[in-house]
Amino acid sequence: MAPNRRLDRMLDRRLLFVTGKGGVGRTTVAAVLGLVAAGRGLRTIVAAVGGRDELPRLLGPDEGRPGRTGDGDPAGERDLGSGLFSIAIDPQQAMEEYLRDQLRVGALADMLSSSRTFGYLAAATPGLRELLTVGKVWELAQPERRAAGGDPYDLVIVDAPATGYAISLMAAPRTFAALARRGPISRHAATIHETLVDPRMTGVVGVTTAAEPAVNEILETGGRLERELGIGLDGVIVNALRPSRFARRDRARLRAALAGDPTPAVRQALILALAADDEVRVERAQLRRVTEGVTDRPFELPLIRAEELGREALIGVGKLLEEAE
Amino acid sequence: MSGPEGLGKLLEGRRICICVGAGGVGKTTTAAAIGLELACGGQKVAVVTIDPARRLAGALGLDQLDNEPRLVDPDRLGVGGVECRGELWAMMLDPKRTFDELIGRLAPDERAREEVLSNRIYRELSSAVAGSQEFTAIAKLYELDREGGYDAIVLDTPPSRNALDFIQAPAHLTQFFEGRALRALLAPTSLASRVVGRGTGLMFGVLRRLTGVDLLGEIGGFFQSLSGMLEGFGERAAGVAELLRDPATAVVLVSSAERQPIDEAIAFARELDRAGMRLTGVVVNRMHVDLDQRSDPDEVESALAGELGERLAGRVADNLRDFQALAGRDRLEAQRLERELGDPPIVYVPHLAGDVHDVASLGRVAGYLFGAVPGARG
Repeated sequence: MAPNRRLDRMLDRRLLFVTGKGGVGRTTVAAVLGLVAAGRGLRTIVAAVGGRDELPRLLGPDEGRPGRTGDGDPAGERDLGSGLFSIAIDPQQAMEEYLRDQLRVGALADMLSSSRTFGYLAAATPGLRELLTVGKVWELAQPERRAAGGDPYDLVIVDAPATGYAISLMAAPRTFAALARRGPISRHAATIHETLVDPRMTGVVGVTTAAEPAVNEILETGGRLERELGIGLDGVIVNALRPSRFARRDRARLRAALAGDPTPAVRQALILALAADDEVRVERAQLRRVTEGVTDRPFELPLIRAEELGREALIGVGKLLEEAE
Repeated sequence: MSGPEGLGKLLEGRRICICVGAGGVGKTTTAAAIGLELACGGQKVAVVTIDPARRLAGALGLDQLDNEPRLVDPDRLGVGGVECRGELWAMMLDPKRTFDELIGRLAPDERAREEVLSNRIYRELSSAVAGSQEFTAIAKLYELDREGGYDAIVLDTPPSRNALDFIQAPAHLTQFFEGRALRALLAPTSLASRVVGRGTGLMFGVLRRLTGVDLLGEIGGFFQSLSGMLEGFGERAAGVAELLRDPATAVVLVSSAERQPIDEAIAFARELDRAGMRLTGVVVNRMHVDLDQRSDPDEVESALAGELGERLAGRVADNLRDFQALAGRDRLEAQRLERELGDPPIVYVPHLAGDVHDVASLGRVAGYLFGAVPGARG
């Protein structure tokens, strides 16, 4: 295995946030990184925030048919084999765990959890869901788990929501620590914040496609992370790049062939070739923007079709990351 | 399914069109194209977008976040000699400013307004939390509908994996304001337990132990500062809920033709259904439409080999194979969507090369959406 310093650095953390605009393939990239890490012998969990746990379905096409919601316990940690686990973070569940952990008296925790008044208050307090969510992610990354019966993980990969919200999520502990000033929540939130801004403990990976809005978002993310949390992007992965088939001089020849008198089938094939080439050129221009806008050269991943996904295909994509350099 | 009129018939007589769907499926483009078409049809239209691509925003003359729609220069809209008879207004929503503005409207006086705006919980967290974009988008929609004097408003909602985030945003607030928690927080502590019962008093005791006095005080202060606005919030939330179910409100679900977005669209449609909202229609963007499904890449390759050489002819054929695979996949996904959703009409927009970043390409999208150009079919 060729040493790959960019990738090593990315995975040499306890917590890795994967963020980017909606639709760029964050979940797929989180799964690929999870497989790479697990393949290196790290006990790894991919934690979905703000959505369902899609990993079982991504890894095994037979584990869930399209359109069906995930089954099993949504808040539970699922063993996907070979050292890879997955979970969907549920703020409600996280709150119950947190209350049990903090209050130590089960009856008191239950009283709060089941109180409607408390439920409304918790739901209406701005930022509480975010704090509980990031708190649960932090708990997963602890060398000694606080959740009953939990085994420690070497790496927690967070399939984080779209960028703006991901940063709000990461900033929630600091805000609460400052607001609370003293008391258990303040101390706890401050501890979580220290972990999040410690580059030895936490990293952030940006995922984008080579499309303008997604690239804008990822370029802005770097600046916002710096301004709001004093940390940087550890790497950018440009996903779903189309194959580049035609050289510049090919275009004139394709056009000339089109200007002849091709059969309808040939004509369509030529038009499609020129259109595909247009798209590749747009993508290359966006890829250049990413490369110029970030410190480290971005990773490039090819477009893979959904029906080709599965554990083997994703491991194959992981190899591309390992070999990049 | 999609008749020759496309969305035209579906949107007839509607005052509001809400575009919902996951991120990255072309929702903003769809909303802008719908707005353009309605404006060209002679209406005064406002398009409220959340996070448009730069060049699309630029094409509409939007250069900054704002909390009021601006008139799009009519000269930008006259594409290909087509005269735009109505007015297109557009805005990029600034959630923070919209939230502040809403507080300003609901506060009984200047002091109450200042108290909320300077509260630390409000300042630090109100615009950062999940649901705040949804909430402000909906609040803006309500306000524009009541006071903007528009014939039609098209709302591009924030990307979300969960349809309910968006529909429930107003309901969450109402629930809270109707709940006992607020009364308990607002009442003096000694009184609280008598007013709301012992259980709640005990609950606050435990809560205080957990949060520390400062945080609970801050939270209390936040809700206290909002207390003069409860009625206004409640009324507004009720008004919004009504607006969402108004027969003049259309809900258009937007998706692309790939597997995951289609999965999400199906889940979205079910959630809307459970919440008692009817989908007016579905738009599936970026369909790869194979006009000649029988064309054989091998034959194309040999037909071109003489003129282009084997290497280039082979690549043209490979590209055709990829495209046919994509088109086949999109057809299957479209069929699956039709099977799963049943009723709502589906309008297909073909994959267009390059970004949709100018008014001309928006016009092309509108052509497909409204059936002026024969739509793609699954």
